[in-house]
Amino acid sequence: MSARALLRVRRPGRLAAEAVALVIAAAVAFPLYWMVLSAFKPAGEIQSTEARPWTLAPSFDSFRRVFEQQEFGRYFLNSLLVAGTVVIASALIAFLAATAVTRFRFKFRTTLLIMFLVAQMVPVEALTIPLFFLMRDFGQLNTLGSLILPHLAFSLPFAIWMLRGFVKAVPEALEEAAYIDGASRTRFLWQILFPLVFPGLVATSVFSFISTWNDFLFAKSFIISDTSQSTLPMALLVFFKPDENDWGGIMAASTVMTIPVLVFFVLVQRRLVSGLGGAVKD
Amino acid sequence: MTADTTLHKAPAAPGASGAPARKPRRRPASPARRSGWTPWLYLLPALVLLGGLLVYPIYQLGLISFLEYTQAQVSGGEPTTFKGFGNYATLFGDSQFWQVLLATVLFAAACVLATLFTGCALAVLLTRIRALPRLALMMAALGAWATPAITGSTVWVFLFDPDFGPVNKVLGLGDFSWTYGRYSAFALVLLEVLWCSFPFVMVTVYAGIRAIPEEVLEAASLDGASQWRIWRSVMAPMLRPILIVVTIQSVIWDFKVFTQIYVMTNGGGIAGQNLVLNVYAYQKAFASSQYSLGSAIGVVMLVILLAVTLVYLRLVRRQGEEL
Repeated sequence: MSARALLRVRRPGRLAAEAVALVIAAAVAFPLYWMVLSAFKPAGEIQSTEARPWTLAPSFDSFRRVFEQQEFGRYFLNSLLVAGTVVIASALIAFLAATAVTRFRFKFRTTLLIMFLVAQMVPVEALTIPLFFLMRDFGQLNTLGSLILPHLAFSLPFAIWMLRGFVKAVPEALEEAAYIDGASRTRFLWQILFPLVFPGLVATSVFSFISTWNDFLFAKSFIISDTSQSTLPMALLVFFKPDENDWGGIMAASTVMTIPVLVFFVLVQRRLVSGLGGAVKD
Repeated sequence: MTADTTLHKAPAAPGASGAPARKPRRRPASPARRSGWTPWLYLLPALVLLGGLLVYPIYQLGLISFLEYTQAQVSGGEPTTFKGFGNYATLFGDSQFWQVLLATVLFAAACVLATLFTGCALAVLLTRIRALPRLALMMAALGAWATPAITGSTVWVFLFDPDFGPVNKVLGLGDFSWTYGRYSAFALVLLEVLWCSFPFVMVTVYAGIRAIPEEVLEAASLDGASQWRIWRSVMAPMLRPILIVVTIQSVIWDFKVFTQIYVMTNGGGIAGQNLVLNVYAYQKAFASSQYSLGSAIGVVMLVILLAVTLVYLRLVRRQGEEL
């Protein structure tokens, strides 16, 4: 234990700070707690104006309603397929591009880097209209491709920018040694560099996964008639009704939609924090 | 490859000077460095995707904003005509546009300030508590961060529901409807945005604080500096690069909030009182088929965010970051 830690333990304000932290943690977690709780509440309790923070009769009715209505399972798979494709493809493409801009010196390199930076700032939402016409012209409306392609393009600049630090961190001596030992460039790229950069790829993937999984605007704009190609956000809206919202269904669907991201986050949590640190420091 | 390796060995051979160990360390050009087309080959997939799905649509957006482009033209019933700045004139002449623009800027500014303040304050808090409460706060924040915007929006609307939500019960507000009034609706959306975006700031700034050498902070506190003084005079300057990153990210995110407004205020609030530029453009284009007006709004957004980007680039450059 360092001297500073000892000092800190004796601070009188520390217990108060910890109490504040715990209260805030509880407040921040509360919406998620309420979501899961409401998903398990029987219909009668949800409709009651009591709003009790517990339930004595948990039921799966809302979940059953969610999975029975509107091909929810299909939507779930669609979402998973779109996000999965974007994550894998953008990781591979960004890895190649990040390697190019960090391990080679060539004309326009700096210009390209600045362009990737600027590209990150482009408000994707503003491009919905031209993308809509582009997808229509290529006959991609109502297909999952119309969701995969734009998200792939939009997650690339950030992924390249973030991976740059990880690729840079691999010592050049290693690269030279590999070539001297007779490794081809492709072999170095995939069998030496790729595994070394993999932790960075994981951290980067979190962002592309989340932005794709969360997408609401494109799903709403590009999947206009063929609901079999819809993704989860659309499934959720089904439970909003003009007269009375099916809150149990909405909360159950929200729970199902949130859990995969939570699992993903917990799995990569450590890498994410260190990855952020690395990207920011760089 | 063989040619490269021989070239490599050449400078390493002991020179006639007889002092090979003290030779100036000249880094031999790595073989990867002199390879005309390889980097472009690696960049090809990325450039094709970005060109086709980012650069070209930006061009198209600009183009459509100068055309007459409504349902009639989209379906091919009428030819598209060039309108010059006509769409912009219409837009700038519409008092609703200015109202929405003002609301967007103020709302984004409020979100950014709230997010930065909360994120930084909690990051500092994290450094002063033991591992267990820290883990609790971290986990809660990660949960909020991971929640998709649409589920976050629905849950917050439910929490504040006048009939079945717990918030009104606890606060004793009866059947007060948060989404009915303009300001209460914006406040509700702001709370949700704050909830899901402060974790990024908190985690990033916390990582930054951990990287500050302990002695510096210790010296400051031994010299009797107050908490606020330590933050303002010691930590904030050292965290400047990180603070710039999180500020710019927050500006960009909060300026283009779409899902929260759309879902929580049901498409922009009663009579469009809660519209922001993004939702406004969407409604113009897809709800009333005025694609050219929607595109003009998109161009305005693009210009504003590019201006922010330029400021950011200048700040980064001034810090002498090597690209």
